[in-house]
Amino acid sequence: MQHLLNFVALVGRLVLAGCRQVGAITLFALEGLSHLVRPPFYPRLLGRAFLEIAYFSLPVVALTAVFTGMVLALQSYSGFSRFGAESAIANVVVLSITRELGPVLAGLMVAGRIGAAFAAEIGTMRVTDQIDALTTLSTNPMKYLVAPRLAAGIVAMPLLVVVADILGVMGGWLIGTTKLGFTSASYLTSTLNFMQTGDVVSGLVKAAVFGFVIALMGCWSGYTSRGGAQGVGAATTGAVVAASILILALDYVLTAMFFGV
Amino acid sequence: MNGSPKIRLRGLTKRFNGKTVLDGVDLDVAAGEGMVILGGSGSGKSVTIKCILGLIQPDAGTIEIDGHNVLAMSRREREAINDRIGMLFQNAALFDSLPVWENVCFKLLAQKRINRAKARDKAAEILAQVGLAASVGDLSPAELSGGMQKRVGLARAIAAEPDIIFFDEPTTGLDPIMGAVIDGLIVDVVQRLGATAVSITHDMASARRIGTTAAMIHKGRIIWTGPAANLGETGNPMVDQFARGEREGPIQMELRK
Repeated sequence: MQHLLNFVALVGRLVLAGCRQVGAITLFALEGLSHLVRPPFYPRLLGRAFLEIAYFSLPVVALTAVFTGMVLALQSYSGFSRFGAESAIANVVVLSITRELGPVLAGLMVAGRIGAAFAAEIGTMRVTDQIDALTTLSTNPMKYLVAPRLAAGIVAMPLLVVVADILGVMGGWLIGTTKLGFTSASYLTSTLNFMQTGDVVSGLVKAAVFGFVIALMGCWSGYTSRGGAQGVGAATTGAVVAASILILALDYVLTAMFFGV
Repeated sequence: MNGSPKIRLRGLTKRFNGKTVLDGVDLDVAAGEGMVILGGSGSGKSVTIKCILGLIQPDAGTIEIDGHNVLAMSRREREAINDRIGMLFQNAALFDSLPVWENVCFKLLAQKRINRAKARDKAAEILAQVGLAASVGDLSPAELSGGMQKRVGLARAIAAEPDIIFFDEPTTGLDPIMGAVIDGLIVDVVQRLGATAVSITHDMASARRIGTTAAMIHKGRIIWTGPAANLGETGNPMVDQFARGEREGPIQMELRK
């Protein structure tokens, strides 16, 4: 009986700790967002964070998208050829890329790059007293460090996903025209005819949400890091893991919202 | 002490995870005074000044600056008080993403009291006050030695001409000569600004150089206050043991066995 009670107590403690953590992150996010509409603003920092996310993540997102489109075309062909449905390959590629793979894979790549970078930078500032120094210099750390990164994440990710969508489709087109016997015109016509605005828009909305989540988890993990180099390392890992899991979970939620039956 | 003190602490208490770090700290710092807070590692020195700066919220007690209880202030009022405060951190805490000149003029730029074009000249002027060439302004903090980082940290602390300046272990990690140089700069800038200075240190030579008054904190309480020049001959066995760095005495180091 005592073992059962201990187990229940343990579960209770874990649930309470989880609730506290979710509550703390929610308050952190709300405070960060509130600074987006309250001056002073830091456009230089916003520009720097935007450049970091959008421009410097471009190569990794582009490569991921191209190869994903190529693989998708090959895999679709190997499956659809059994039913004589090869003509649907372009449709499958564009649908998969714009709705799911573009935002999700770009999100996971950016989570690894930017989530880790934000957590490491802010975490190092925390353990070297630089965040305290901001406060003593009459600068709100949430406004200076967190708000510009959240805004940059929300704006930059959809732009990256537009690029990922285009390059992903191009990857499919490359394989379709060079290995699967499509003509360039037929592949692109099929793609454009099948693609719907809602597919692209839903992907871009997902991208904005993922960008916010990546920036939020990077900032949160760094801001709350403790204990020197080890703490910063743990914060960096935590930011990437949390952002990646949240991206996958939120992808389901958003898909259910947009396309749920 | 004539009139109300610049800084007054009463019953300041702080616990971390059940461990009492500050146990009712009472301290007065007069305007223009150079107060040095002494104490061993973990005695509560840093927590005391972090409470005054608003970086840590105390569990109980009051903190008055110019007679106003800062703990009862709104965030905006508190920020107005912080505008008049400068701080030199133990490790300088320079922003490594910014060049030195932006570090020095950070507060002036953040409050738009100066534009970026003028900030470079202003930074050069302040760097000269702490004995650094204008060319240092273009360097990154990572390119500076420990002593230069302290000087830049000092320049940043005085850039907005505060009337209260805190110094956290200003000579820690420096060789004795550089320590004396930094102490000399601290005394110079504090006198020139007419500021009230609160320093925490366990470097006795530094304490005598930069302090007019000293207070000893032990186990979260102020156990002695007096002239900094008397350190080592105060008549208080704990303070004298600490000031002389003697192994035997009433203060026993807590060693984990």
